Amino acid sequence: MSAQPVPPQDSAAHDVAAASAPERNVVTEAPAGEVVLKITDLCVRFPSDEGPVNAVQDLTYEARLGRTLAIVGESGSGKSVSSMAVLGLHNPKRSTITGSILLDGNEIVGADESLLRRLRSNTAAMIFQDPLSALHPFYKVGSQIAEAYLAHNSVSKDIAAKRAVEMLELVGIPNPARRAKQYPHEFSGGMRQRAMIALGLVNNPKLLIADEPTTALDVTVQAQILDLVKDLQREFGSAVILITHDLGVVAEVSDDILVMYAGRAVERGLAKEVLARPQHPYTHALLQSLPSASEDSDQLQTIKGSPPSLVHLPSGCSFHPRCMVKDRVPGDPCATLLPELRVSSPGRQIRCHLTNPESVLDQEVVS
Amino acid sequence: MLIYIARRALMAVSVLLVVLVATFLLFFAGPSDPAQAMCGELRCTPQRLEDIRRSLGTDRPVAEQFTEYFKGLAVGREIYVSGAPRTCSAPCLGFSFRTGIEVKEALATRFPNTAMLALMTMAIFLTVGISTGVLAARRRGTALDRGVVGFSQVFGSIPSYILGLLFALYTTVLYPILPRYANRSDGLGPWFVGLIAPAIILGLIYATGYVRYARASMVDTLNQDYVRTARSKGISEQKVVYRHALRAALSPVVTILGLDMAGLLSGTLVTEHIFGVDGIGKFAIESLRNDDLPIIMGTVLIGCVLVVVMNLIVDIAYSFLDPRVRLS
Ligand SMILES: Nc1ncnc2c1ncn2[C@@H]1O[C@H](COP(=O)(O)OP(=O)(O)O)[C@@H](O)[C@H]1O
Ligand SMILES: [Mg+2]
Repeated sequence: MSAQPVPPQDSAAHDVAAASAPERNVVTEAPAGEVVLKITDLCVRFPSDEGPVNAVQDLTYEARLGRTLAIVGESGSGKSVSSMAVLGLHNPKRSTITGSILLDGNEIVGADESLLRRLRSNTAAMIFQDPLSALHPFYKVGSQIAEAYLAHNSVSKDIAAKRAVEMLELVGIPNPARRAKQYPHEFSGGMRQRAMIALGLVNNPKLLIADEPTTALDVTVQAQILDLVKDLQREFGSAVILITHDLGVVAEVSDDILVMYAGRAVERGLAKEVLARPQHPYTHALLQSLPSASEDSDQLQTIKGSPPSLVHLPSGCSFHPRCMVKDRVPGDPCATLLPELRVSSPGRQIRCHLTNPESVLDQEVVS
Repeated sequence: MLIYIARRALMAVSVLLVVLVATFLLFFAGPSDPAQAMCGELRCTPQRLEDIRRSLGTDRPVAEQFTEYFKGLAVGREIYVSGAPRTCSAPCLGFSFRTGIEVKEALATRFPNTAMLALMTMAIFLTVGISTGVLAARRRGTALDRGVVGFSQVFGSIPSYILGLLFALYTTVLYPILPRYANRSDGLGPWFVGLIAPAIILGLIYATGYVRYARASMVDTLNQDYVRTARSKGISEQKVVYRHALRAALSPVVTILGLDMAGLLSGTLVTEHIFGVDGIGKFAIESLRNDDLPIIMGTVLIGCVLVVVMNLIVDIAYSFLDPRVRLS
C-alpha cells in the first residue's frame, strides 16, 4: 500500500482503539458505549432554481459514547449538511428533510423548536470550521460562552461568567479570566478554536460535532487542537463526530470512519481498517491523493474529474464517471444501477458493485 | 478608543476648515459679483451698489476679505450695515441683507423647528424601516418579503413633494385630522403636535430606504456563521435574531443614518414649505428668493458643518458598535 496512514503518535489513543476492536479480523459493529446518535435513511434536499439539490441521501450511521467517528469526503459531499441536520439547524422552510435522526432518544426530523432548543448545546454541540467567523465579532468571548450556559442552566450571570472562565482554562487558554473579557479578533487562530471548543463543551454534551475544526489553522496548531479534542473526549466520555477531508487527521484520532461521496455514504468501518485496506474505489483514491510523509509523495495522484452536480446526479453509481475500476465489474452495472450500501466483510460496508474490491484495488496501486 | 476619537475629531476639524474656505471662495471669489446680484437690476443705483460692496467687504482685496471673514468666525468683527458699523459676535455669519437681523440669530430661532422635525422623522423611519426590514429578511423569498420590497420601491420613487402635498391636503385640509404647524411661541404642545403631519410623511418616505437597507443587511448577517453558532447554543430565536443578527446588521445602517440626519437637520426644503414649518429649509428658500446672500451662505455653511459633525458622530458610534474598530 502506498498510502499507509501515519500511525497514531499517542499510544493511549492507540490502545483505546485497539481495545474496542478485540480481534482485528473478526470485527463486528464493535460496540463501546451507548448509542447517542442514530441516523437512519436521512435525506436532505434544498430547493434551487435548477431543481432540488440532493445534499444528503440515504445516510445511515450512529455515534457512540466514548468513540470518535470521522466523516470524510471531498468538499460538497454533504458532511456539514448532514451534521447540521443533527442540531436541526436547517431552515424547515428552505429544506426538505426525511428519514430519522434519533439524538439521545429524541427524534430531530420534524421536531419543534422548543425540543431543538433544549437539545442544542446541552445534548449535542457543534464546532465550526472557521472560528473567526463562527464567533460573534461584537461580543466578548467569555460572554458568548456564558450565553450558552445560561440557556440551559438557571444560574446567575456571575456564575455563568465563572463557568466560561473555567471552560477557557479547561481548553488550555492561558490567563483565562483576562481572555474571557477579550473579543474574538484579539485571539490567535488556535486560541479561537480552543474557545470554540470551550463553547461546545460548556454544557457537557453527549455528542460533540467538530466540523473541520483544524482546516483554518496551521499545521502545528492543528495537532494541538486534535490532541485537545481527544483528551477532552477521554475526560468526559462523550461521542465525537469529526468532520474532515484530511485523512491524516482521521488516522490519528478516530475509531470509526464514514466516507461520503455526493451526499451518500460509500464506505463505513473501523478507521484503522478502512485506512489500511480501503474497499471502495473512492476511499482508495482519496488515500492515494493523500500528501503523506512517505517518499512516494511526488507521485501524488489527485482524483480525476470533479464531484458531480447534486441537482443532476449521474445515473447509477454517483462515482462511476470518475471510477478507475468500473470496467472491472462484470456486466457493467455501474452506469445504470445504484449500488446498495452492503456488508462487504465483517464490520465493513461499501456502496460498490465490486465483488472482490480489495484485490482489484491492490492491483490498481501496482499499475 | 480615546486616541481613535481624537484622531477622528482632528480629521473633522481639518475637513471643516476646508469647507469654510470652499464656502468662502464659492460666494466671494466666484466670477459673479454678489453685490451686483443682490442689488437687483431696476432699483440699483451706483450708490446702493457701493453700499452693498462695502457692507459685504467686496470692495477690498480677496485676501483681506478672507482674513476678515475668518476673524469674524473666530472672534467676531465689525460689519458696516447701511453705512453704520455693527458688532457681530463670533462665530460671525453676518447680517441679513433684507431684515438686518444677525444671520446666526435668524438661524438659531429656526433651527429647533427643523431639529424637532428631523428627530420625529428619524423616530418614525427607524422604527418602521428597521422592523419591517427585519421582518422581510426573516421571511425572505415569501410573498410578504416581495410585497414589502416592491411597495417600498414604488412608494420610495414617487417624488416627495407629490406625497407631501397629497398628505398635507388629505390630513390637514380636506380631513383635518392632524393639526397644522404652530409656532413655538404659541406653546410647545401645539408646536410639537403640529410637526406630526410633516414627520409622518417624511418618516415614511425615508422608511422606504431603511426597509431596504435593513433587509439587505439582515439577509447578510442571518447567513453568517456566528448566527448559526448562536442558534446552535439553544437560545431563543428572538435572541438569535435581535441580539446576534440585528446587532451586526445595524453597523452599515448607521453610516446612512448619519448622512440622512445631516440632510434633515440642515432643513427639508420642500416639506417645510408644504407644511409651513418655519425651519432652516423654508428660510433658505425665502432668502434665495430675496437674494439675501449672508443668509444663503449661512444655511449652506450649516449644512456643510452638519455633514462633517454627523460623520464624526457616525465614526464614534461605530466604535461603540464594533469593538474591532474601537481597538484597532
Ligand atoms: N442551504 C443550502 N441551500 C442549497 N444548497 C446547499 C445549502 N447548504 C449546502 N448546500 C449544498 O449542499 C452540498 C453539500 O454541502 P456541505 O454539506 O456543506 O459539503 P461539505 O461536505 O463540504 O461539508 C453542497 O453542494 C452545497 O452547495
Ligand atoms: Mg463543510
